[in-house]
Amino acid sequence: MTSARPAELPAALADASHFLDFFREITAIAQVELKKLFRDPTELFSRAVQPVLWLVIFGKVFSKVRGIPTGNVSYLAFMTPGILAQSVLFTAIFYGIAVIWERDLGIVHKLLVSPAHRTSLVIGKAVSAGFRGLVQTFIIYLIALALRIQINWNPLDILGVLFAVALGAATFSTFSLIIACIVKSRERFMGIGQVLTMPLFFASNAIYPLAMMPNWLQVVAVLNPLTYLVDALRGIMIRGGQSVHPLPLDLAVMALILLLLASIAAKLYPTLVQ
Amino acid sequence: MDSGRDSQTAEPNAIETIALTRCFGDMTAVDHIDLRVPYGQIFGLLGPNGAGKSTTIKMLTTLLVPTSGTALVAGFDVAKRPAEVRRRIGYVPQMLSADGALTGQENLMLSAKLYGMARADRNSRVSEALQFMGLSEAAGKLVKTYSGGMIRRLEVAQAMLHRPTVLFLDEPTIGLDPVARHTVLDRLRDLRRDFNTTILITTHDMDEADALCDVLALMHLGKVAVTGKPADLKATLGPDATLDDVFVHYSGASIEEGGNFHDIRQTRRTASRLG
Repeated sequence: MTSARPAELPAALADASHFLDFFREITAIAQVELKKLFRDPTELFSRAVQPVLWLVIFGKVFSKVRGIPTGNVSYLAFMTPGILAQSVLFTAIFYGIAVIWERDLGIVHKLLVSPAHRTSLVIGKAVSAGFRGLVQTFIIYLIALALRIQINWNPLDILGVLFAVALGAATFSTFSLIIACIVKSRERFMGIGQVLTMPLFFASNAIYPLAMMPNWLQVVAVLNPLTYLVDALRGIMIRGGQSVHPLPLDLAVMALILLLLASIAAKLYPTLVQ
Repeated sequence: MDSGRDSQTAEPNAIETIALTRCFGDMTAVDHIDLRVPYGQIFGLLGPNGAGKSTTIKMLTTLLVPTSGTALVAGFDVAKRPAEVRRRIGYVPQMLSADGALTGQENLMLSAKLYGMARADRNSRVSEALQFMGLSEAAGKLVKTYSGGMIRRLEVAQAMLHRPTVLFLDEPTIGLDPVARHTVLDRLRDLRRDFNTTILITTHDMDEADALCDVLALMHLGKVAVTGKPADLKATLGPDATLDDVFVHYSGASIEEGGNFHDIRQTRRTASRLG
């Protein structure tokens, strides 16, 4: 059976079949997650409320403040990518709750007893969180349209937005998975989730540029993955928008963080059931 | 498939543990247990709550690494070759672990994919398993609409989909009504008859253990207090002894006692999900 595979096949072929295993496992997990999401999409809509409030109320009021340097664009256009990134963060950071729920139900036990790679189980979750982010992107675009924000309709740039959002959602959901593996209870997770979201949001460039921050906060912001997501989006989502870093750099930083988090999560995931 | 097995004996057992031990800090949950379960046997693991049954199952199913000792399952060492063990076992956890937001068919499909079944085989295996467990008609319905007995049958279907050599079930009939319980137990007997599946089951129900299992081991405080056929175990205590008597004799406690808050909450939760 499978145990004899490496000996029978040349190394390259064995690698390819290994890769296919990963791919099959990841899509199986992601597919199931998405099926569940679309069967009960209430969460998606309730998550859309917050960005509307931020853009329509906070954004409108702060547009009157002239002290925030936003480059060539209005403050509302400046903060739109920030609010997209925020809504991705706020949704993905609570992803771990579902994992703790699955642990209490024994679903995690069953997954871990299967021969699927631990890494695929973790990445499958991240991929589905990525797709979830795409739906949120669609909603934010609708709000932006309604507010007559100058959206950049270049198809390549839109693809870039989708990719960056998926990457960011995958990163934050994997971070959330790690927290879930450490705290293991819903109550404790809710507390920690609440404590984390606002600092991550405020210690980023989502609603004001880094240059306005005190030095110590700038240091925190540079270490904050949200900053790179916002920066990537700011360069390509809005007409006339400017990013600090080139897009490839922003994406590379996020990809690296995701890789690091995923390898930690794959190690910790089995401890959920111990 | 036999190449590379870790077992040395000519006719290896499906499960074989030598001085298997697991500690959590200062507490020894499982203390040097030796179990031998031949292929095709239905083996019952009994004992009061906290005796170490679940920890033993977790080690045998590779969820937990032993602190010391060895365990071979289907010929492979659980600590050294967990991936080989996982391909050859099925597991039904104590909680109702089927995903309620998916249909029965989708639950099984997920397993089929995670167990690496070829695309061509998946559909036939899934519908075969559904039929075997008497769930063909409910296959397209969401699992949250299933009765407790149906969910358990679905889980057994899920655990046997890849034709495991050894099937582990942790208190599979807890919270089920008598009819549902009988159906589940009958299916387990059929599994052994049709596929020679080795079955290790934990239970609190002495009648069930008596009726289903070929051999029982009674665990107490992390050790195996006694092993034997149900009839032999009863005979040692006298002509009219029941398994309840055996249980009380070896565990030194009545069945009513024992069990911490966590165990009971877990059990209640499972029972309430079963409605």
